[in-house]
Amino acid sequence: MSDLVRRLPAHTPQRPRKSVVLTIVMALLILYTVVPLAWLVISSTKSNTDLVNTFGFAFGHFNLFANIHDVFTFEHGVYGRWLLNTLIYVVVGAGGATVLSTLGGYGLAKYNFPGKKAVFAIILGAIAVPGTALAVPTFLLFSKVGLTNTMWAVILPSLISPFGLYLMWVFASDAIPSELLEAARVDGSGELRTFSTISLRLLAPGVVTVALFAIVATWNNYFLPLIMLNDPKLYPLTVGLQQWNAETVGVGAKPVFSLITTGSLLAVIPIVVAFLLLQRYWQSGLSAGSVKQ
Amino acid sequence: MTSPTSVLTPPLAGDAKRRSPLNRRIAMAGWGFILPFFVGFVLFVVVPVGYSIYLSLYRNQLIGGNHFVGFANYLQAFTDGDFWSGVLRVAIFLVVQVPIMLVLALVCALAIDSGRLHGKSFFRIVLFLPYAVPGVVAVLMWGFMYNPRAGLTGAIGHVLGVTIDPISTHWVLAAIGNIVTWEFLGYNMLIFYAALSTIPTELYEAAALDGAGTFRTIVSVKLPALRGAIVITTIFSIIGSFQLFNEPNILRTTALGIIPTNFTPNLYAYTLSFSGQQVNYAATIAIIMGVVTAVVAYVVQLRGSRKDA
Repeated sequence: MSDLVRRLPAHTPQRPRKSVVLTIVMALLILYTVVPLAWLVISSTKSNTDLVNTFGFAFGHFNLFANIHDVFTFEHGVYGRWLLNTLIYVVVGAGGATVLSTLGGYGLAKYNFPGKKAVFAIILGAIAVPGTALAVPTFLLFSKVGLTNTMWAVILPSLISPFGLYLMWVFASDAIPSELLEAARVDGSGELRTFSTISLRLLAPGVVTVALFAIVATWNNYFLPLIMLNDPKLYPLTVGLQQWNAETVGVGAKPVFSLITTGSLLAVIPIVVAFLLLQRYWQSGLSAGSVKQ
Repeated sequence: MTSPTSVLTPPLAGDAKRRSPLNRRIAMAGWGFILPFFVGFVLFVVVPVGYSIYLSLYRNQLIGGNHFVGFANYLQAFTDGDFWSGVLRVAIFLVVQVPIMLVLALVCALAIDSGRLHGKSFFRIVLFLPYAVPGVVAVLMWGFMYNPRAGLTGAIGHVLGVTIDPISTHWVLAAIGNIVTWEFLGYNMLIFYAALSTIPTELYEAAALDGAGTFRTIVSVKLPALRGAIVITTIFSIIGSFQLFNEPNILRTTALGIIPTNFTPNLYAYTLSFSGQQVNYAATIAIIMGVVTAVVAYVVQLRGSRKDA
């Protein structure tokens, strides 16, 4: 099966003629995808006045750098704090999730041990449990042990990604021949050493895939920090931006639309860049992992 | 492509069972690898679920304090119109939005896979981009564009000579459906595409030898190979629909009165526990929604894997 993984492109044997009609139809869908992003980029270059008074897809006076400056200075530079928090949540939360999923998926794929079937059943069931259904009881439990309104309240639950474990499990079953592990055992290599010197390299595309999806999940996480945190100094970007959005209405409203659009653009760029740079890895990892027949 | 017993089942035993002696050391190592995940899983998934069930069986009252009430909370939920109107709303959302999104994603994947597109990797990556955009940002963007005066829909309405206001009582569910479709179209497309790319070349050659045209190949070769992917994306979409929270909650802040606090079951549970201090009842609703989701997902999986290709 693993040789299929590497044979991604050009799998349709005969080279069909390019179709202009099909390209045009698909271009319409691309337009649907791109229009909101284009709007965000254009809007980020406008001052607050232009944003309200000009057509959404027309450029106004070029104000991008002033906007960026305002984003980082508004409310005593809290945006920079949110950005830093998000990075911490991503590095520790998604990083930890990747490590746990990789170790666990590998263990499930390549070892037999008592209780494995039970582990399998429980984890599979957990994929169907609505994540948000866990949030309220987790909040109550955390408040009992004094973890709410701390960074740990956001980090700890994001360490567990049943989907990541599943992905890694399927990937490891394919990517690592059992003969290789046996050969290592014959040579007297310990299990952990075999993992770190041999298996990890073969798992690399799977690890990148799991990491990317964990990064997206933590970078975009909204519900969990929303309920866990009271202190704006601990907010990630998502909750912070939504707070600015909420400040645009009601008593003492601050119509900081240009800050919201520019702040949103800045929140999108790193993750999009990560996906583009690593696409070779995650595209092969995903094709092997998520859709095992 | 043998037919799987279950599309969600990875190979359980691997080859290890047959070829290596199941000695103690190896079994211990296996547990060692899974243990860190398992501990976290117990602490942050199993315990909260258990605590939820516990909470749902109790009630906290001013007089009498915390006491056991059996299934009283569940009985209350079954006759709670506010709860069921939310359930109905996400059910409508599920039945309308999910098929539209998945069919579009399927068409995109087949088009990209067909090799008939100019610049296919460009299409693949650009369609996928919205998945990387934080949901909060997606809702904020569309929220601006939905603005009847300054937004995109306003401009379209102006050209057509009508007033289009997506953030209104009648249209807001469709407006949310559009946002969700935008966010997840490319993600689902990618899962379909990945499944298509694992079809062995020999199958295409055999189909071509049999004189199968494009559509015949899609129906007889590609769609059967996509069955597992269709089941997975459907299950994820069902879970997503029943959990609908972010989009209505964010749109609410600037569109007060249009989206009620019981708009979706999740929003209802959130409001009950954080504004209404009714954590026991909120836990009950979370459990009911969890069970409903699991049952629907299970039925989809059964149906999806029963039909043999």
